Amino acid sequence: MTISIQRLAQTVLLSATALACTVGIANADCGIKSGRVSIVGNEFPAIKTVAANAATCATSAVEVKSNLTADHQKINLAGMSGNPAEYTSAVIATSSIVALLNEGVIRPLDELVAAHGQDIPKNRLVTIDGKVMAVAFMANAQHQVYRKDVLEKVGVQPPKSYEEMLAAAEKIRAAGIMQYPVGGAYAAGWNLGQEFVNMYIGMGGEFFKPGTAEVAVNNDQGVAALEMMKKLTGYMNPDYLTHDSNATSAEWEAGNVALMNMWGSRTGVLVDTEGSKPEVYENTMVGAPMTVGGGAIPATTLWWDGWTVAKNISDADAEATFIAMKRGSGPEILNDATMREAVWMIEGYKPAPINEGVMQTMTMGAKPYPMLPYMGLLHTALGDNIADFLTGKEDAKTTLADIEAAYTAAAREKGFLK
Amino acid sequence: MKHRTFFWFFLPSAAAMFLFIALPIVSVLMQSVFAPHQQVVREVENCSVFGCTKTTTVDLAATAALREAEPLGRFVGGSIYTDRNHLAFSEVAVLASTADGISTFLDGLLNLPFYGALLFTLTYTLVVTPLSILLGFVVALAVNAVPRFLRGPMIFVSLLPMIITPLVGALILFWMVDARGVLGALIQSLAGDPNLSVKASTPLMWAMLMVYGIWSSAPFAFVVYYAGLQTVPQDTLESAMIDGASRWERIRYVIVPHLLPLTTFMALIKIMDNFRVFEPIVSFNASAHAQSLSYFIYSDLGGETRLLSSAAATSVLTILGVVVLLSPVLVRTWKTYGRGAA
Repeated sequence: MTISIQRLAQTVLLSATALACTVGIANADCGIKSGRVSIVGNEFPAIKTVAANAATCATSAVEVKSNLTADHQKINLAGMSGNPAEYTSAVIATSSIVALLNEGVIRPLDELVAAHGQDIPKNRLVTIDGKVMAVAFMANAQHQVYRKDVLEKVGVQPPKSYEEMLAAAEKIRAAGIMQYPVGGAYAAGWNLGQEFVNMYIGMGGEFFKPGTAEVAVNNDQGVAALEMMKKLTGYMNPDYLTHDSNATSAEWEAGNVALMNMWGSRTGVLVDTEGSKPEVYENTMVGAPMTVGGGAIPATTLWWDGWTVAKNISDADAEATFIAMKRGSGPEILNDATMREAVWMIEGYKPAPINEGVMQTMTMGAKPYPMLPYMGLLHTALGDNIADFLTGKEDAKTTLADIEAAYTAAAREKGFLK
Repeated sequence: MKHRTFFWFFLPSAAAMFLFIALPIVSVLMQSVFAPHQQVVREVENCSVFGCTKTTTVDLAATAALREAEPLGRFVGGSIYTDRNHLAFSEVAVLASTADGISTFLDGLLNLPFYGALLFTLTYTLVVTPLSILLGFVVALAVNAVPRFLRGPMIFVSLLPMIITPLVGALILFWMVDARGVLGALIQSLAGDPNLSVKASTPLMWAMLMVYGIWSSAPFAFVVYYAGLQTVPQDTLESAMIDGASRWERIRYVIVPHLLPLTTFMALIKIMDNFRVFEPIVSFNASAHAQSLSYFIYSDLGGETRLLSSAAATSVLTILGVVVLLSPVLVRTWKTYGRGAA
């Protein structure tokens, strides 16, 4: 959630690249008579590919535009609340669809699927209460990334658990190869909250009392999760509370880190030849996600990315949007360049070695990120409070009590708790 | 001025103030005493490529009926203000009755988000306001003393921190104090501790935020004082020189009193500005170590689930905080000018 000039520069550069790519894609006849398509979504390579391919449906009667930004969550709800909505489609993920569902700004897609989407495989349809609310196009997860050469030097196998990761990190430090061999997106805020969610799930914890919005993280699993996080931070660059995924990737490319838990959608840039030395990118390997505390479920969450169609737009615009987005995430978009951008849930997709991490996460039975209306409030409370424990200001029990209290006040305000 | 003329003269300003100041404040006040309806949630099945799970979702039809009945939301009075994420009345009461001594009470109090943020916000305001004004004054005196042909370039250089966008200026400093940055490495070698990191230590992070605050707001004071220095009566200065006053005495007894009204004006502006400290916390990724009231508003509005009522309540509390902080300066201004005019 950092507003950064760096990201601004990246956006400018990447938009230029996206434009260049768009020019290369021939315009397709998608069979839309007329309508308006306006896409809002996060900004990373796979989503750019989808938006660029949806844009090939543009004709003189069909306008297709997109606004891809890391701040998409701040604008998508507002941009879809008006009537007519500014955005006809929001590209969202497991957690961010919840805000749109809570406010009812996206429409069920069953009729459009029946009319135009018979060829979309059933497993791509995300249904809630039997209604199709989104069409997924890729899977994502955090999993292990390691430096083959460094692990070989100290003679250890890629760790299967966080306990093994700590042992490997100690060996790397003792051998004098790296002072801070572990990386992690531990920036205070959303990233830090996410790492707790991973670790807590790995410990076998449940976030809420079953069937209620009452939080329940102040327990043994919560304490164990926090303590494991603190042990890991002992092997991280001391600035870890300011490192988001971008900064952690930069640390990796600089060759400062040998082990980390990282998003599958971000591994592509780690193995390309830009931004790092051959020693780093040639030895960057992905592995299965790690377990923790002797648990069987990996300490990570599964995510899908998909698209939705706004409710407050004309049926003609909704139809145009559906067809364009289906084209943008259809089998036609896969080629040598796009194949490695993500774990596509598209027919004809062949995983590249770099996508193995996400594939293994799925086969290991990882849990999907909880899609609950009040999970976002808990995630915020986690991200705001965990730093106090990691910096040693307070003990684990106090931090967990603070998290529960902060969540409860917010959930009362939002009307989830009485 | 005739009343009629005055009325027409003042009307545009009054209309603008009503539209852009009074109405938004009323709207924020309204939002802070209303909260979203009790959510009607029900259990449903959610299926995706990862399989089917039981989950809960907001019942939109039932919620729509509630909204129809009470479009503003449910009236909650001051309960948002007093809840744990704001003034935390009940938590403070519990602390007051259970804490064994002032230090445990303070620890508990500062662990509450609002009071922790208030401590940083106040410290920042009280440190940055006088120091940035002082630095601006010193720079203005220095620039005023150099030969005329050098002043243009000097003024330009002195204004640079203000010309640079605050976010960008903060980012530049953020990178410089990185453990691998120029300043970060310098601090490490000065302290003789290779593991020292500004970004990992709360006191150093606070110091860095304040250094940034002083650096970025000193040019404002400089510009105002430099303009003020051009109006210092030369004959008074010359007679002071004839009386044998040293440079220091001339500054102390002629220049400073002459510039005092400007200082009041700048203190007003700067207290307001500094109490709303926000950009450096974002650019420095400093939220783990320092939070301000404005940062709370930002994080309430930027989360996946937006907390509008909470953000509104924090905004009202910020306005009240500014009023309290400004009251001494306002009273002073009133005494100086109000009485003179009457």
